[in-house]
Amino acid sequence: MSTTATRAGLPTAEQHRSGSRPKRHYGTHIFLTAMAVMWLIPLGWALLTALRPIASTNEHGYFSVAGDFNFDNFVQAWTQGGIAKYFWNSVIISVPAVLLVLFLSSMMAFAVSRVSWKFNVTLLIMFTAGNLLPPQVLAAPLFEMAKHFEVPYAFSDSGNMLNTYIVVIAVNTAFQMGFCTFVLSNYMKALSQDLTEAALVDGAGIWRQYREIIMPLCRPAFAALGTLEVIFIYNDYFWPLIFIQSGDRLPVTTAINNLQGEFLNDYNLLAAGAVITVIPTLIVYLLLQRQFVAGLTLGSSKG
Amino acid sequence: MSTTARDLVPPESRAPSGAQAKGVKSGKVRRLSKRDKVVLSLMVGIPTLIQLVFVWLPTLMSIALSFMRWNGLALTDIRPAGLGNYQYISQDYPPFWPAMQHNLLWLAFLALVATPLGLLLAVLLDQQIRGSKIYQSIFFAPVMLSLALVGIIWQLFYQRDNGLLNFLLGTSGTPQAVDWFGDSSVNIWAALIAATWRHAGYVMLLYLAGLKGVDPSLKEAAAIDGANAVQTFFRVVFPAMRPINIVIVVITIIESLRAFDVVYVINRGTNGLELISALVIQNLVGEGQVIGVGSALAVVLLVISLVPIVFYLSRTFGKENKA
Repeated sequence: MSTTATRAGLPTAEQHRSGSRPKRHYGTHIFLTAMAVMWLIPLGWALLTALRPIASTNEHGYFSVAGDFNFDNFVQAWTQGGIAKYFWNSVIISVPAVLLVLFLSSMMAFAVSRVSWKFNVTLLIMFTAGNLLPPQVLAAPLFEMAKHFEVPYAFSDSGNMLNTYIVVIAVNTAFQMGFCTFVLSNYMKALSQDLTEAALVDGAGIWRQYREIIMPLCRPAFAALGTLEVIFIYNDYFWPLIFIQSGDRLPVTTAINNLQGEFLNDYNLLAAGAVITVIPTLIVYLLLQRQFVAGLTLGSSKG
Repeated sequence: MSTTARDLVPPESRAPSGAQAKGVKSGKVRRLSKRDKVVLSLMVGIPTLIQLVFVWLPTLMSIALSFMRWNGLALTDIRPAGLGNYQYISQDYPPFWPAMQHNLLWLAFLALVATPLGLLLAVLLDQQIRGSKIYQSIFFAPVMLSLALVGIIWQLFYQRDNGLLNFLLGTSGTPQAVDWFGDSSVNIWAALIAATWRHAGYVMLLYLAGLKGVDPSLKEAAAIDGANAVQTFFRVVFPAMRPINIVIVVITIIESLRAFDVVYVINRGTNGLELISALVIQNLVGEGQVIGVGSALAVVLLVISLVPIVFYLSRTFGKENKA
């Protein structure tokens, strides 16, 4: 290639079109395909194991595609593992938590970004820093706070806040609020100040400015953050682990760990359980991938 | 967009580019009615109160409890311990130093392997390459999964008798078969690979967004000056992504300090997988409930975490972030 290129004025154009470009991309494709295959292997292996009945794997071994393929493991994991209940627990925790996070952080973001006030930066720093702490730093005091916060037995069968959904929701809300406030306040700052100025002239109070002007404009940010937070809170393993002691109240992400013990040595069932818990995230991934990605990058591009 | 953080300083002190609207508001003659003040204080007060009670108060309590001796039962049993807990973890608590090493290793691995891999994937996928979207979806998929689930999925892959890896290595069923998550000489590396699987996709995603934000004329200018692709990337494109680079550095450090779920799912962070975060929880939920020791470990974690947090906050909110 390079010898012909020395001849005339063609080379640059030719090199661009047929020479270097496709060549470089061949290597890239080989590399990317190899990586992609490696990336999919763990998931593929789990799926393969889940689809094969234990009789087939016992007979032909796990490293094989012989024998039957069916959904029996999924059905069994669903009924025997009580996964439906765990899913419902996840819903009970994540729906209120996400709504609360968005509601509270939108108010906070509005206040620090649209109203000039002495402590704006201080508060925003406090919120952002709180979100960056490792949750384990807070775990012991939060656990003890919940344990020593006594409530009537009619309200909680432990006599305190342990083993209740409320404490998990509250802590998740508090912990996620920092991130959402940070992202939303940047988003709101980018909205023109004229919007609320005009409303102010018309005599609209703070609440109306927030509710009727800023909120509707933030819809794209809410869509992105909402998707992200649903996944974050659904995927949260830690807080239920700390606060919830009775196994049947765990959300699915924390509960699958118990399936390891329950489905001892039945890796087909365990794999099926794992695959089932991926399904909600998979649905979000397929339907709302753009929102999720927007949410993640929204948070980072404002550095 | 990154300039928005600078709007925190009063508009008079600098000239915002093309933001005339903001110049207008600088008078600060906004008079708030009494009702507005009440509404505003609620809008600020409620979230702030929640944040203080559930995040900052526990942080302070962790610090306080780290100087106490307590079994977690009656509040009247709390006894001062001075530096006893710190002395204990640094001298008499066997898993402490291995855990510190593992956290460091975790950071080094994410920083030297996972993050560069994510960057490489982003750079390759940023070219006009066929199927780029499909590749992106594949590399990004693990980011959607919880770390707990990542642990379980890799457990299936790494098992001694029926795991895929031992089949692929031809060691399955033989005495040479390795229990990748159970063998304390290799399990930290196995866990790091599982963590990389997720982290690299995340980094890739952030860098893809960052690369799109780089002004294409910079690349053209570099090409005209005779820079090749590698030079253009390292001398022009990479420095131009500074805000993203800072975010990635912070995320990488914080992720390595927060690493918990994977090891806890595998074996609760014991037998070769000790991490500070896991030790905190072991001391909290264990039989003895040694709150003081757990809190001292939490404070160690806190102090280390404050380094990247302060770095990030000063970059983001610092007034001289132009420097």
